Amino acid sequence: MTQPVLEARSLVKSFGGIRATDNLSLTVLPGELHAVIGPNGAGKTTLITQLCGSLLPDAGEVLFKGVDITQRPAYERAQMGIARSFQITSLIMDMTVLENVALAAQAHMGSSFRFFRSVRHDEPVLSHARACLARVGLAAEADRVTRTLPHGGHRRMEIAIALAAKSELMLLDEPMAGLGTDESQDIIALLRALKGEQTIVLIEHDMDAVFALADRISVLVYGHIIACGTPDEIRQNAEVRAAYLGEESEGV
Amino acid sequence: MSATNYPKLTLLVMVLLAVLPPLFYFTGQPFYLDLATRLTILAIAAVSLNLILGYSGLVSFGHAAYIGLGAYAVGIPGYHAIYGGLESWGLASTSGWLHFPLAMLIGAIFALITGIVCLRTKGVYFIMITMAFAQMVYYAIVSIKTYGGDDGLTIDVRSEFPGVSLDDPLQLFGVSYVVLVAVMLLVRMMVNSRFGMVLRGAKGNNERMVMMGYNTYRYQLTAYVISGAIAALSGALLGNFTTFISPEMMDWTRSGELMFMVILGGVATTVGPVLGAVAFILIEEVLSTFTIYWQLPFGLLLMGVVLYSQGGLANILGQWRARRALRDASQGGAAQEHKL
Amino acid sequence: MDYALFVMQVLNGLQLGLLLFLVASGLTLVFGILDFVNLAHASLYMVGALVCASLTLVLGNFVWALLLAIPVTALVGWTVERLVARRLYGRDHLDQVLATFGLILVLTTLAHLIWGPQGISVPLPSWLKGQLAFSDTLIFPIYRLVIIGAGLLAALGLYVLVTHTRLGMLIRAGASNRQMVSALGVNIERLFAIVFSLGAVLAGLAGMLVAPITEASIGMGNGIIITAFVVIIVGGIGSMKGAFIAAMLIGLIDTLGRAFLDGVFKLFMSSDAAENSAPAVSAMLIYIIMALVLAFRPKGLFPPKVR
Repeated sequence: MTQPVLEARSLVKSFGGIRATDNLSLTVLPGELHAVIGPNGAGKTTLITQLCGSLLPDAGEVLFKGVDITQRPAYERAQMGIARSFQITSLIMDMTVLENVALAAQAHMGSSFRFFRSVRHDEPVLSHARACLARVGLAAEADRVTRTLPHGGHRRMEIAIALAAKSELMLLDEPMAGLGTDESQDIIALLRALKGEQTIVLIEHDMDAVFALADRISVLVYGHIIACGTPDEIRQNAEVRAAYLGEESEGV
Repeated sequence: MSATNYPKLTLLVMVLLAVLPPLFYFTGQPFYLDLATRLTILAIAAVSLNLILGYSGLVSFGHAAYIGLGAYAVGIPGYHAIYGGLESWGLASTSGWLHFPLAMLIGAIFALITGIVCLRTKGVYFIMITMAFAQMVYYAIVSIKTYGGDDGLTIDVRSEFPGVSLDDPLQLFGVSYVVLVAVMLLVRMMVNSRFGMVLRGAKGNNERMVMMGYNTYRYQLTAYVISGAIAALSGALLGNFTTFISPEMMDWTRSGELMFMVILGGVATTVGPVLGAVAFILIEEVLSTFTIYWQLPFGLLLMGVVLYSQGGLANILGQWRARRALRDASQGGAAQEHKL
Repeated sequence: MDYALFVMQVLNGLQLGLLLFLVASGLTLVFGILDFVNLAHASLYMVGALVCASLTLVLGNFVWALLLAIPVTALVGWTVERLVARRLYGRDHLDQVLATFGLILVLTTLAHLIWGPQGISVPLPSWLKGQLAFSDTLIFPIYRLVIIGAGLLAALGLYVLVTHTRLGMLIRAGASNRQMVSALGVNIERLFAIVFSLGAVLAGLAGMLVAPITEASIGMGNGIIITAFVVIIVGGIGSMKGAFIAAMLIGLIDTLGRAFLDGVFKLFMSSDAAENSAPAVSAMLIYIIMALVLAFRPKGLFPPKVR
């Protein structure tokens, strides 16, 4: 059996009396696009924060390529090859689009304890950043101040930043949050193009996107994975239908 | 790059600063040369504070402590050179080659130790802790009676360098000016480098930077140490400028004044700290000629600046430019519409 | 060790601790409820002391003066809240720090204009001037015991206020969720004004109590404000319990440190070295403690729950 890129084993996280993550186990295989779906409040963001390291679990383990990273701080995990995009846009608003992505690239291209050379002359970083911007369709906006971009531009930047990190694993937290149908279609096409190049964990609400893109789907309910399988398997899973898809299953 | 810079303004200010004070001196008004020297020295400290406050978003309310430490790094060896003691440590000396590097070393060490603690905190905690550490240094120095305690050191110490006499006010001004220019260039270079971009990114969105793989704490600590060393250097110059080295130099209210210089002048700009120092010194001078109660209108002015302005003097110019650009753009747009 | 001396220094430490608590509690109350950093808090300490001093000279009676100075200080606090603080709610903490820094200059200069640069001695009535002798060597001034008593009373009063009254309930609710309280129809503006004035009164009271010992002067706030910040940092910004415990801790450590550190040093150092280093170290002691606490608890000992 191929070694999973990412493994979560029996993760537990409580806030006060509430168990946001309840004995959660998850495996992500190399090269797959693994979607995590679940009703609101199921604990999807709590899961992502524990995977990327902004939150430490109360119990359980997280393994990346077989290495136990449970206690490692977030910046170390990022250096090891895990990239994350945020559900609520988290960008450096006063910097340009290019500067944001260049910083993401710079983190993986040598030491940043360089004090004298201007980043304007950092060709390798800049060309890589521009390439990532081109892939998400933002090449023309490179010199615009991030704050001036519309929401759709910000969502694309989130993906560009994840790309620039030359990561092995991308954790995408609702990349299409707040987007209209047209823009969502663009993102779906983008993600489809990325499939296979990277391992992607996709948290999404948009069922069209999920079923169109995912190789496997895990269903998260009340902090626990109740089912994991191919899109067809999930569509037909009675428990999932009951807990989540509900009446919508009629049309599927 | 998005670092706001006003090259023409910077050049203008620096040229005026180089030319006017010596002019005053030679036309028989040495008072203005002294004013300019003090201004230049404070500007050096303001530039160092701008590095961590303006560019990195670390609000240190205890920066005056470094100025004080730097001054005492000149005063204490000077004291022992006159009165003896500490020779075995090599610390009884009037040599500038000891004073200045010693000042920077002490500044760096103090910044390292306090930075390790402070940088684990954020927001209001950070502000208050930096204030507390500065006050700690103040009380520590005050309690050492040998060096004058509350009254300070009243010996006239000058750091001796071969070929330069800091006794001569014109030369002292010259040295201070050169240091200011050097420090401004250094900081400017740093903020546009990889290191500086990480700092600026962390100021804008620390969580984002961490997620990108940066241990922002380490970068901030490095900047904090560099800033402390530079501020201590300004203190060594100040120790040469005044004949009276006192703990008051590191009182937390001095830190507040330094912060105002940086913020008033314009954070995260090259010329901002200098403008702020100019504004501060001028206002202080002008107001105090009118009344001994000058701190009242001064305080009101400071409150007014906070309540009603965003970004400080240098950025006000940036805002005018932006507003004009916007106006031009919208006029262009209107012209387009008319065509249709 | 001299037992009597030790007990006296402990009592001094308690006194300092309670005074610190009075100042710090106001600071932490205002920060916890109003999310407002008030550097000028110590100016209210100074104002309280000066007002009480003037009233004592006018009325000839310290106790009456104190009772009258309290509402006057509340009024000053209320004015500051209306004119300055109100415009800064919700603003960046840095802006609040800078604006209140300017406010300190304004208030200090105004005080200078009204009361002059010299300190004002506050005479105590004869029944408060004496000393209490517990033994041959254990003698303690009555007034200091009164301060301790008054401080404890005020602390108790605060506790009762916060836990057993409607206002206290609103304060606690406001501390954990400001918007909710406002949504429930409570007049938030009035609540804030009351809390701010309460903070001013606490600080002012501390100033009034200490004035007979140290003189009421315009510089008196400078020393105490930083120590008060150390107290609330160590205790946890926004926590009354933290402020109390930290204040007592710091009051005791500071006092006992200054009194006995050279003695402790002499146990393992030469007498000269001890006498040279002890004053500096004891001056730095509370900051070292602060650094140690922060090393393990960056948010203080008892930080209030996150909103």
